[in-house]
Amino acid sequence: MPQNSQEILLMLPHVVIGVGIVISLLIEMYSKKSETILPWISLFVFVFAGVHSIINISANQILFGGMLEVGGKPAIFNFIFNIGAALLILNSIDYIKKYESNHGEYYILIQSAILGMMVMAGSKDIFMIFIGLELMSIAFYVLAGINKKKSSSNEAALKYFLLGAFATGFIVYGIALIYGVSSTTSVDSIIQNFSTFTQNILFIVGLLLFIIGFSFKIAAFPFHMWVPDVYQGSATTVTGLMSTTGKTAAFSVLLIILSASLINYNIDIFAPYFAVIATLSMLYGSIVAIAQKNLKRMLAYSSISHAGYMAIGLAAANSEAFSGIIFYLAAYTFMNIGAFGIISIIEKQNDANTDLTAYAGLASKSPILAAFMSLFMFALAGIPPLAGFFGKYYVFISAIEADLTWLAVVGVFSSVISVYFYLRLVVYMYFKESEKDIDLHIDKYSLLSVVVSGILVIYFGISPDSLLNLILSVVN
Amino acid sequence: MNLELILFLILTLVAAFSSVMVITRKNPILSAVYLILNFFALAGIYLLLNAQFLSVVQVIVYAGAIMILFLFVIMLINTENEASILADKKPIKVFAIFIAVLVFAQIAYLIFYSNPAELSNGTIENLIKAGQIESIGRELYTTYILPFLIAGYLLLVATIGAIILAKKKFE
Amino acid sequence: MQVPIEYYLILSAFMFSVGVAGVLIRRNAIIILMSIELMLNSANLALITFSSFMGNSIGQIFAFFVMTVAAAEAAIGLAIVIAIFRNKLTVNIDQINLFKW
Repeated sequence: MPQNSQEILLMLPHVVIGVGIVISLLIEMYSKKSETILPWISLFVFVFAGVHSIINISANQILFGGMLEVGGKPAIFNFIFNIGAALLILNSIDYIKKYESNHGEYYILIQSAILGMMVMAGSKDIFMIFIGLELMSIAFYVLAGINKKKSSSNEAALKYFLLGAFATGFIVYGIALIYGVSSTTSVDSIIQNFSTFTQNILFIVGLLLFIIGFSFKIAAFPFHMWVPDVYQGSATTVTGLMSTTGKTAAFSVLLIILSASLINYNIDIFAPYFAVIATLSMLYGSIVAIAQKNLKRMLAYSSISHAGYMAIGLAAANSEAFSGIIFYLAAYTFMNIGAFGIISIIEKQNDANTDLTAYAGLASKSPILAAFMSLFMFALAGIPPLAGFFGKYYVFISAIEADLTWLAVVGVFSSVISVYFYLRLVVYMYFKESEKDIDLHIDKYSLLSVVVSGILVIYFGISPDSLLNLILSVVN
Repeated sequence: MNLELILFLILTLVAAFSSVMVITRKNPILSAVYLILNFFALAGIYLLLNAQFLSVVQVIVYAGAIMILFLFVIMLINTENEASILADKKPIKVFAIFIAVLVFAQIAYLIFYSNPAELSNGTIENLIKAGQIESIGRELYTTYILPFLIAGYLLLVATIGAIILAKKKFE
Repeated sequence: MQVPIEYYLILSAFMFSVGVAGVLIRRNAIIILMSIELMLNSANLALITFSSFMGNSIGQIFAFFVMTVAAAEAAIGLAIVIAIFRNKLTVNIDQINLFKW
């Protein structure tokens, strides 16, 4: 239990979101105007938690007798989750009106998912990893199917649920074997005795099952089957949330395994595994994305290939990779949330508006949206000086330092392929005549969210050191 | 042969047989009934392992609550039987079974190879104490209080989610 | 403890493999969900076995959490199945495919 007020102050982000969920639930039950109140409560909760985390970044402590870490590395992740979620809430205010019901629950579920992610990012015990992961996943299963009158949304929920629960089975069995060898669930003591435990083959198998389970959650290649359908079928704002913060949360757990091999100075036993899934994800994602006509589906394949770029860092397993992955995750979160924000504005009433053809001639109809969409596409493609470029750059550098130059070369090759489909959208917006008439209604909150994401992407691109130094200060 | 081993073998046979029956029955109701049988056999095995609390929870939560939910849903939506489990896409399914057998062979080999008996270092008193409701309760409310609280949120989310997904109409 | 620890672990590994096979070969969403329950139960068996043989109760508490999660997942999964049945009148995942895999 927290010993003093100092500790309660440090875990205020978790407390505020936890209380926010309960208050939102009460408002949803008793208030007729819950639809207009709840977005602002969620927004306040997320902005508060994000700002609080980043202010107290240097106050690194472990609370609850070795359960939850606050400050330091988890603070960076909390910042990414909360600011990302706040931006998506701004988008949702107008977008979610197209579904007739369930507005209140939508915000409650998003808050729960973010609470689960924060628990995962700060976990110092396998109990916390597991329960945080499940809180996040269950909220996402429901969010994917929240538009239950549409069969594509139902299907997305079913696929996400079945494969997610299958992955949970692997994770739990892996945890059982890890526990069997180490006889503890404390992450710190497992990391300290990592080199002893790895001599037992049962431990390695357990860890492998655990990593396979998380490979589902980060959407890496052999375990990517659910990604395109779920991303296309879910509501656009939900897709934005699970493709960015959901992936970041899963990576925050994989980074724990990376830190285990960093501390013990032994060769990363899973480096070959990560190198293979990185190569396959990058190439598969980039090549299949070329054939996609639907923008959400294209971004789903792009998400697979980005998981591949990040997995390069896991294969390299050095301290550059550690900070590189965190930088990449932050950059990816904001550029992808921006892109999905614009998709949600264009989509509005008509799902068919997520096709590429809907974007033809956007530049003449709404120059500002076209400009921002181009910005996000350039950033995703990794064109300097935007945030996406430095994410890739740091990860590739770490691969070269770890003598995995071939992996960096594959990464560069895959980026070159990906430029084609990102720039195709820009070409559609600026150089094609509009084919169908789209009723474009840009609400001010969505626009604010897009502008903020755009500013962050440019800022991290122009001065990457500001973010990198912050990350390096917590990753010693 | 002693009583414990005989009991273990009987329960293991029941559990293994019923788990195979779960995935091979065409009628989902039969699958569910075999799954209940499997859970009861597991509850018996937990008793052999001196995990009395978990054994009771297994019967109450799994066999009692979760499986009733399954049966209820199966009866509610009245699903048709599958024509045959191996009829369509036969190569894929044979491949799937092959993978499953491979997984089993690997884990079984590893279990004997890594000699987990070395790991078992508990004294008989500790071992009996570990499964008692008293020690589990104490740990749950002291060391693991934070995961326990978050599990409360998990159940809240599951309740809300199940209601919004399954409820027919909102006013 | 007159039964060796290996015997319990073999049963657990067997049930895990049966669960994996069930998820891969069956097309009925409800039976896939039951196979996942089998996988979770096999993990519970392994956890409780290790916990008993080592004489610490962490594994049993974890198994308790796994049961909580299994209950939550079953509730959500069956709710999704009901929602999809209302729209499509089937729970066969081959017939639910709107998008291609």
